[in-house]
Amino acid sequence: MEPKFAKGGKLEKWNPIFESFTTLAFTPAQVTSKGSHIRDGVDLKRTMITVIIAMIPCLLFGIYNTGHWEMVAAAGDRNLDFWSNGGDKFIAGLFVVIPLIAVSYGVGLTIEFIFGMKNGHALHEGFLVSGMLIPLIMPADVPLWMVGVATAFAVIIGKEIFGGTGMNILNVALLSRAFLFFAYPTSMSGDKVWMAGTENTADGFTGSTALGDLATFMSDKPVFENIEMYTNNYSFIDSFMGMIPGSIGETSVIAILIGAAILLFTGIGSFRIMASFVIGGYLMGMLLNLVGGNEFLELPAHFHLVIGGFAFGTVFMATDPVTAAQTGVGKILYGLIGGMLGILIRVLNPAYPEGIMLAILFMNVMAPIIDHYVVQANVKRRLKRLKTV
Amino acid sequence: MSEEKKSKAPSEPLFSKKNRKLVTDPLTDNNPVTIQVLGICSALAITVQVEQGIVMGIAVLFVLVLGNLIISLLRNMIPSRIRIIVQLVVVAALVIIVNEVLKAFLPDISEKLSVFVGLIITNCIIMGRFEAFAMANKPWPSIMDGIGNGLGYAGLLILVAVFREFFGSGSLMGIPLLGSSLPGEESGLYAMGYMNNNMMILPPMALVIVGIIIWVQRSRNKELVESH
Repeated sequence: MEPKFAKGGKLEKWNPIFESFTTLAFTPAQVTSKGSHIRDGVDLKRTMITVIIAMIPCLLFGIYNTGHWEMVAAAGDRNLDFWSNGGDKFIAGLFVVIPLIAVSYGVGLTIEFIFGMKNGHALHEGFLVSGMLIPLIMPADVPLWMVGVATAFAVIIGKEIFGGTGMNILNVALLSRAFLFFAYPTSMSGDKVWMAGTENTADGFTGSTALGDLATFMSDKPVFENIEMYTNNYSFIDSFMGMIPGSIGETSVIAILIGAAILLFTGIGSFRIMASFVIGGYLMGMLLNLVGGNEFLELPAHFHLVIGGFAFGTVFMATDPVTAAQTGVGKILYGLIGGMLGILIRVLNPAYPEGIMLAILFMNVMAPIIDHYVVQANVKRRLKRLKTV
Repeated sequence: MSEEKKSKAPSEPLFSKKNRKLVTDPLTDNNPVTIQVLGICSALAITVQVEQGIVMGIAVLFVLVLGNLIISLLRNMIPSRIRIIVQLVVVAALVIIVNEVLKAFLPDISEKLSVFVGLIITNCIIMGRFEAFAMANKPWPSIMDGIGNGLGYAGLLILVAVFREFFGSGSLMGIPLLGSSLPGEESGLYAMGYMNNNMMILPPMALVIVGIIIWVQRSRNKELVESH
C-alpha cells in the first residue's frame, strides 16, 4: 500500500494522512539515527497517547457524573442517590459526551488535515490531546455547533497560524473554552448549570454549579445564607469525589489525581508546575481568608482546590509542555503566579466565576517572559562568578 | 482589500497611469491598514456596525483629501521646523468641520462614534500622508493620493464591519438578516438555537479579523511577505 502514497505515487497528495495513521499504529520507518539526539521509543505520538490514557479516569467519571445530574435534572430532586442506577446513568452520560467528543475530533482533525495537505506535512499529533481535552472542559449542555465553532477557532487562530503543534503560545483546548466564554456568555458563563435538559426541570432545582452559587456571595442575593449552608450542600468529600455538577471532566479530584499520577510516573507532566500551582492557589485562598469581609472570601482555602476547574487545570492544562515555562525556576514561578491569579479572579470578579481558565491563558502569554528573565539572571550570576575568579 | 477600481477616462493627462496608480495602489497592495498597519486603533473601535464604518470612512476620506490638498498648496511656504504644527492645525480645522457636520446631520451616529471622530486628528494615516506625500508633491497628485488612501482605509473598515455586524448582531446596516433574536420571540435561525457571537462585538475580534485579512492578502501575494 505504501508505494501508492510515496513521492510520485498515485495518491501522493494524501501522503500526510497516510503517514499520520501508519505512524500512529506502528513505529515510524524513519527514526533519528545521527547526531546528539536522544534515541528513545517515546516520540511525540507516544507522549500524546500517554496524556490521553491519563485522561481516561476523568472521562469515565465525567460520563457517569453527567448522567447522574441529567437524571437529577429530570427528576427535579437534588438529593438523588449518587450510586444507584449506575448503568442507566452511564448510558445517559454516554449520549451526552460521545457527540461532544465526535464533534471536537471531527472538526479539529478535518482542519488539521486540510492544513497538513496544504503544507505537505503529516498530521500534527497535538490535536489528539486537545481534541479530548475540549469535551472534558465543556459544560454538558453546550450546543454541539458551538463546540464546533470554538474548536475551529482554537485550532486555526490558536495553533495553525503560529505554525502548528509546538508553536502555539496559548493552550488550544483552553482557548476554545475562552472563545465560548466570551462569545456565548449566556450558555457558558459558568454560573448556570451545565447539565443537559435543564429547561424541563421541576421546581426546586436551582441548577447552578458550586462556583456559581459561591459567586452569588459577592452579589446582593446569595443562594446560600452563609458558608455553613454551602458546605452542607457541597461537602468537601463530595467535591473531592466529584459528585457535584460541573464541566464534564473537571469535577472529580480523585480521577484527576489518578491522571496526575500517570503523568508524573511517565515523566510527561511537570511536578514543579503542578505542585507550585496548588501551593499558589492555596496561599491565595489563605490570604483571602485573612482579608475576610464576606462569605466567599472566608471559604476555607482547601475548598478552592477541589471545586471548579482548579484541579483539572493544574494537572492537564497548566502542564502543557508547549505553552508552559521551560526553565526550572520559571516553572515554579509560572505555577505559583498562575495558581494565585486563578483564585484571585475566581473570588474577586463575580463576572468570571471560573478564573483558572483565564489565569492559565494569562500565564501562557507570560511564560516566555518568565523564561527570559530566569535565563538572564542565570547569565548574570555566572558572569559575576567569572569576574570574582 | 476592496477591488473597486475608479473608472476614469485615460485620455486626460490628469489621469495618467502614474496618477491612477496613486489611487489604486492603496486599495490593494499598499493598503494603509493591512500593509502599513496604520490607523488600526479606530479600525478596531468603530467597526461594530457597517453604518459607523461607512461614516467614519467618509470622514477620514474627506479630511485626507482636503488636508492633502491644503498641505500641498502650502508646501513651499511651510518652514520645515514647524511643519508638524502646521499640519496639525490643518487636520484639526478639518476634523472640527467634520465633527460639527456629523453632530448636526447624523446625531445618532455621531454619538456612537463619540471621541473617535475627534481622534482622526491623531490618525497615523493622515499625518503619514501629509509628511510622506503632500509635502513633496503637487496638488493634483496629492488629491489622488488622498482619495486612494482614504478609500483604502474606508474599504477595510467596511469589510471588517461587515464581518463583525453579521456575526455579532446578525444584521447588516441595522437590518436583521437571520430573524429576530429578541428573547421569547425568536424566529429564523435563532429559533433553531443559533446565537450571536458576542466576541465579534469586542475589540479583540476586530484585531483577529484584520489579522485574517492580512493573512489572506499575503498568502495571495507572496511579494508582501517580509523576509524574516
